[in-house]
Amino acid sequence: MSYEAVIGLEIHSELKTNTKIFCGCATTFGAEHNTHVCPVCLGLPGVLPVLNKRVLEFAIKAGLALNCHINGFSKFDRKNYYYPDLPKNWQTSQYDLPICEHGYVDIVKSNGEKKRIRITRIHMEEDAGKLVHSGNTIKDSDTSNVDYNRTGVPLIEIVSEPDMSTPEEARLYMEKVKSILQYIDVSNCKMEEGNLRADLNVSIRPRGTDTLGTRTEMKNINSFKAVEEALTYEIERQEEVVEDGGHVVQETRTWDPERGITLSMRTKENANDYRYMPEPDLVPIITTDEEIEAFRKSLPELPDARQARLENEFGLSSYDAGVITSSRQMAEYFDAVVAAGADAKLAANWIMGDLSKNLNAENMSITDSPVEPERLGQMIGLISKGTISSKIAKKVFEEMWKCPDSPEKIVQDKGLVQITDTKAIEEIVDKVIASSQKIVDDYKGGNKKAIGALVGQVMKQSKGKANPQLVNQLLAQKLG
Amino acid sequence: MKVTKKDLETVALLSRLSIPAEKEEQYTQQLSAILDYIDNLSTVNTDEIQPIAHVLPISNVFRDDVVKESLDRDLALSNAPLKDEGYFKVPKILEG
Ligand SMILES: [Zn+2]
Repeated sequence: MSYEAVIGLEIHSELKTNTKIFCGCATTFGAEHNTHVCPVCLGLPGVLPVLNKRVLEFAIKAGLALNCHINGFSKFDRKNYYYPDLPKNWQTSQYDLPICEHGYVDIVKSNGEKKRIRITRIHMEEDAGKLVHSGNTIKDSDTSNVDYNRTGVPLIEIVSEPDMSTPEEARLYMEKVKSILQYIDVSNCKMEEGNLRADLNVSIRPRGTDTLGTRTEMKNINSFKAVEEALTYEIERQEEVVEDGGHVVQETRTWDPERGITLSMRTKENANDYRYMPEPDLVPIITTDEEIEAFRKSLPELPDARQARLENEFGLSSYDAGVITSSRQMAEYFDAVVAAGADAKLAANWIMGDLSKNLNAENMSITDSPVEPERLGQMIGLISKGTISSKIAKKVFEEMWKCPDSPEKIVQDKGLVQITDTKAIEEIVDKVIASSQKIVDDYKGGNKKAIGALVGQVMKQSKGKANPQLVNQLLAQKLG
Repeated sequence: MKVTKKDLETVALLSRLSIPAEKEEQYTQQLSAILDYIDNLSTVNTDEIQPIAHVLPISNVFRDDVVKESLDRDLALSNAPLKDEGYFKVPKILEG
């Protein structure tokens, strides 16, 4: 039997505010434990939480950028459960009146197929604290230590419809959401710091049917690679269970990236009764249509629109435009290179080629690139003018990576100017023809491809500086 | 509404309360009586009444995103029954 998977994601994203959602404690990552806490976020009796205005603003912007409807009337609720990372024994969240509902994002799969993934809702909530285990392993510890610095850091939870059917679609969806949140600058999305993480829900069903199988959940997955690998493993595991005549058990499983498997957490699922109730300490939020429109106007150009612009304005391929606009930083770098006078297609090639290769090799972000967009733009200008060949440009690029000199200066200092002087090239061409009788005969005998070997020799003798078009022309002339 | 012994056990578990066996019957009856009383509300005609999300007629109370000083850590930990080098110390929480 052939199966298909049904996948839904709940993405948690920390918002990049200065302070927590309901108190003035700082949200800085990596502070000394329990130094960013106060009576409100410690949940001491009698305190009064007050909503951080910027959290609401960021949540509404995220909703608009993800094509959601913004609810004009919204409120907070208490989600009750007992876990020591939650000092109040409830998480302040939103239940029946979340700030955003009914959105979507579009993804493009590697086979070029476009798919729309619907978003059920986006709600605001507080993050929980961190447990630090005192023994060697969790099982050895009789006690746990708790750091409440992260308690109350603002989150949005973005809940998708179960619209994805492959691990690739799930990864693309999460990448797209991350890209959009970065474009609108509401989250740092540093996955290694846990400020973008996903809970994955997955079930399987016979291909072509619309039944819903029993689903399992994997929590707190914080890399794209892990999203794809965990889902791939879990789908295979469920298929094996069903093929062997068994039943998938509804449960939470953990992903072990070291071993590449998911494991049952054996938790008591029946205790998951959150008894949501309206939060009496926080008042409802009313947002007018005018306010929503003002937020909509404040949004920057988003990835899809930007990609379309690069395709239309510069004639970039859909693939290239998609890669360039996948991060706001790369898209801005591209714009700056073009603004410095570079040809757009060459700019895209250099950014996706040598620049990305060097950045990846040194694990650097494009905003820290030692080659600034202005210098790359100038260098591409030199290629277009014929001052240097693309091959020489690679050398110039490597020099620019190492030193802050302008591409012109590097070309001068290293003597890398392309030889466009016909006389000088002619001399080399004559020398090559004279010393390569066999190839010349071959060419004259009808093997026109043999000219390539001669061009290669001329280029070699000129140390790559001869203008290849001129070399071709001259050779063709001289060989008749 | 009739509260069963099983309902009582569920509520006790959710509230992390232990109920002595000899009190079970009494609590079950009391909970039933309370819910029956609350149920009087369902006899009120609410057709013309808007649902409310809050008992007070206020909305949109916000604060600016400005950092305020947090508590001194020793003070923050001063009420904790157990602590360990600046951490709140809690019993082991892993199930199973
Ligand atoms: Zn606080």
